[in-house]
Amino acid sequence: MKLILIFLSSVLINNFVLSYFLGICPFIGVSNKISSAFSMGMAVTFVMTITSIVTWLVNHYILIPFHLEFLQTVSFILVIASLVQFVEMFIKKVSQPLYRALGIYLPLITTNCAIMGLALLISMKNYSFLEGIFFGLGGGIGFSIALILMASIREELDLADVPKPMQGAPITLIIAGCLALAFMGFAGMINV
Amino acid sequence: MENTVLMAIFTMSSLSLFFSIFLGFADKFLRVEENPLIAKVNELLPGANCGGCGFAGCYDFATKVVEGKVEPSACSVNDPDNIKEIGALLGKEVQSGPKLVARIMCKGGKAEAVRKQTEYYGPKTCLAMHVLSGGDKLCFYGCLGGGDCVNACPFQAMFMNSNGLPVVIDELCTGCGICVQNCPRNIIELHPIDRKVFVFCKNQDDPRTSAQVCKVACTGCSVCARKLDGAVKIENNLAFLNYEAFEKLETVELSEICKTGALSKLKGNGNFN
Repeated sequence: MKLILIFLSSVLINNFVLSYFLGICPFIGVSNKISSAFSMGMAVTFVMTITSIVTWLVNHYILIPFHLEFLQTVSFILVIASLVQFVEMFIKKVSQPLYRALGIYLPLITTNCAIMGLALLISMKNYSFLEGIFFGLGGGIGFSIALILMASIREELDLADVPKPMQGAPITLIIAGCLALAFMGFAGMINV
Repeated sequence: MENTVLMAIFTMSSLSLFFSIFLGFADKFLRVEENPLIAKVNELLPGANCGGCGFAGCYDFATKVVEGKVEPSACSVNDPDNIKEIGALLGKEVQSGPKLVARIMCKGGKAEAVRKQTEYYGPKTCLAMHVLSGGDKLCFYGCLGGGDCVNACPFQAMFMNSNGLPVVIDELCTGCGICVQNCPRNIIELHPIDRKVFVFCKNQDDPRTSAQVCKVACTGCSVCARKLDGAVKIENNLAFLNYEAFEKLETVELSEICKTGALSKLKGNGNFN
């Protein structure tokens, strides 16, 4: 039951983009088209899930036994970067079409703060191994949902008559704010 | 205290050592063999990923060139020297024609196509205007002035002038043809850069109507066809040039032949100044 709650809370209530405000860069940068937003979302979900597994292992079997919790940030950066490199190589070998579909998005999210935030949040909230995985998976799906919502709005926006000073980035930021406000409505529904 | 520092250094170095060895082995086992020629050809391509060749980006084009499925000259954006070099790499003879640039086959801007059929308040793109009401001009063949071509141009080689018509900057235009595909009225054509005389009109209305909708329309009066025989023919109330008879057109004083100015010489940068 707790796993489901953690999953739901990271998808909707504590959405990474719209309530933690992590990963704003791809949220604005890759939300021009629904198709690219979808690929980016999938790549992030994939990397987040794997990250939650590996960083949990590193945290619990290396850092905590040696009392080196202050190294979390540095070591997580190292782990995530190598991991994404490996995943990229693996995908390139196994499935060329998937490699092309993910394209530059995969290396792009190596240094994404949402991934880093996920790893740190898991250790801050003292999640167990399984809980961490569900948190990561939910976080990725929540990220995808936010990104696809944004992309669909922006596609409609191309046809709207936006006042000249508001065109481009300003209206995008306002929409992001409105979306975040809407998601704030979920706040406090689940506390885990 | 010192112990912690040492421990931290040790842990971080062993972690990084582990990952570097891991990645080294992964690279060895997961390396995908690629023809080294592809990378070399790719370096000689412009890297704009414009898609003008019809492939998904420059790398895809390089792959197809090495496989021998397309000619290196199919990339119109590329520098002729680079194309020759690609040919030399692959051991092939390459012919490349003169540089192609986009030309706008319409001169009817706000000042020429004065009378309006409607006030247009819809989305400001050519495609929407074309589908909805045909824009606000009376001419159903000419430029809509929405700037779809300008927005589509990956090289910033086009801009809208104050008369509401797109202008091509020859130096920046690469002849990729993306604007041609994005024009719903099909009034953009690719022509060799040294070709200067065109019929700047696509209006197929009858002579009276076309004279009413636009001051610079080709009315299909066929004066040009009579005076420049062989070089021009009239079809559907519209003059078509035979570019083979090009030299003849170059020497003639066109303003005496075409009263509206649809058949004329290209001036400077773009059609009109």
